[in-house]
Amino acid sequence: MTELKNKNIIRKALSNMPIILLFISVLNNYDFNYLGLKYFSFNFSYILIFYYSLKKSESLGYSYIFVAGLFNDVVVGTPIGLSSLMYLILCVAASYLRNITLRPSLVKDCIFFLVTILIINSLLFLALKFIFNYELNYFDQIINITCTFLLYFLFSNLFDFFEIYFVGNKNAR
Amino acid sequence: METSRDDFVIAIRSAFLKKGTQQRFSLLSLILFSIIFLILGSLNFKAIDYVKIFIREITYRSSFIISAPENFVKNSYILVQNHLNLYNENENNKSELAKLKSKDLVNEFIIMENKRLKEVVDDYLVKSDAVIAKVLSDKGSPFLKSIIINKGSKHQIKLGMAVLDGEYLVGKIVEVNYYSSRVLLLSDLNSKIPVIVEPNEVFSILSGTGQENGIIQYSKKYDDIRNESVIYTSGVGSLFKAGIPIGKINDTIINEEKKVQFFSDFSQLRFVKVFSFIKNESK
Repeated sequence: MTELKNKNIIRKALSNMPIILLFISVLNNYDFNYLGLKYFSFNFSYILIFYYSLKKSESLGYSYIFVAGLFNDVVVGTPIGLSSLMYLILCVAASYLRNITLRPSLVKDCIFFLVTILIINSLLFLALKFIFNYELNYFDQIINITCTFLLYFLFSNLFDFFEIYFVGNKNAR
Repeated sequence: METSRDDFVIAIRSAFLKKGTQQRFSLLSLILFSIIFLILGSLNFKAIDYVKIFIREITYRSSFIISAPENFVKNSYILVQNHLNLYNENENNKSELAKLKSKDLVNEFIIMENKRLKEVVDDYLVKSDAVIAKVLSDKGSPFLKSIIINKGSKHQIKLGMAVLDGEYLVGKIVEVNYYSSRVLLLSDLNSKIPVIVEPNEVFSILSGTGQENGIIQYSKKYDDIRNESVIYTSGVGSLFKAGIPIGKINDTIINEEKKVQFFSDFSQLRFVKVFSFIKNESK
């Protein structure tokens, strides 16, 4: 009986892993700045939200994404509501791609992801610079977009692996 | 042609309005909600302000707990780095200590004399009692170089107070909550501090760059600024007292904007002191 209960808890934790990862990533805000890598920064939340909204939309509730965005704004220091808006636009893009795709392919997903994060970061840049009067470094943004795009390949495969071998979702690919 | 347009509209409509199996709200309603949140937040709507403060208090505490494993890795990495540099640092420190000991005696006299003279011209600012605060979060993002400390309005923290690491200025308070506050670091792009560059007494503005260093801007006397010159607060605007050390010029290339290397390492702040500077009324 106890073993069955434990298995259920583990299964529940594994199926809720995307939400847990999302909240950890926004609260922890992985930056690796202590490594002193000048030209390296990426947005893990974008990758996670796009992947799961595209492949397994029931894993990440939109309400959780909205709340995660609010948390992210507080940690980063941007106006509250801005990250939520960007995350939800990312969800719209992923949802649109899911609706029009007949035969999924990683390359197409990546290209669509690149276009989406370019649009999102442009909107973010415009809003912060011209509406909220924040000083931003354009070069940092470019590095962030490039690394996020390149790391999508890696994380997409990692999430596929996790879904197939840990959650038991055979249709993850 | 007409069919493909219809497909596009259907796909877009479905993306915005269709709720998934476990979704309570459609994307459109949440997007509208976040836009309303943004607008009311920028208009300083009272209810939104309370929600903001509530979210901040929760987020700062949770962020501190969740960052613990990463902080452990980070601290271990720094510890190993420090051990590797220990011998060379010790040799340098020994020779520097000998020089400083002799200088200290002269400095003490100059400080006392300076204090007396400033009192005469009614420009003597005294520090309020220091509030020692622990750094809860030091997440550098491309948008904001700031830290979160565990002291807020409950501990008499106010907007604009100076934040020091030892004797070195690191930033100022830009957001105060009940139990926590946000410190804008000098390295942030939005930070602008009136400074004086010594020797040669060059008044200028120190701006952050979003990187690890700052730059000296808006000065007409760039030629008088030499490499290794020391930057202090100038006291202009009476926000900070004059003479708080900030950093030194680290720029061998002669150009318009001089690079400043801060004395304090902002990535390794654990505890900071928060002060306000008030005029001495005890005459």
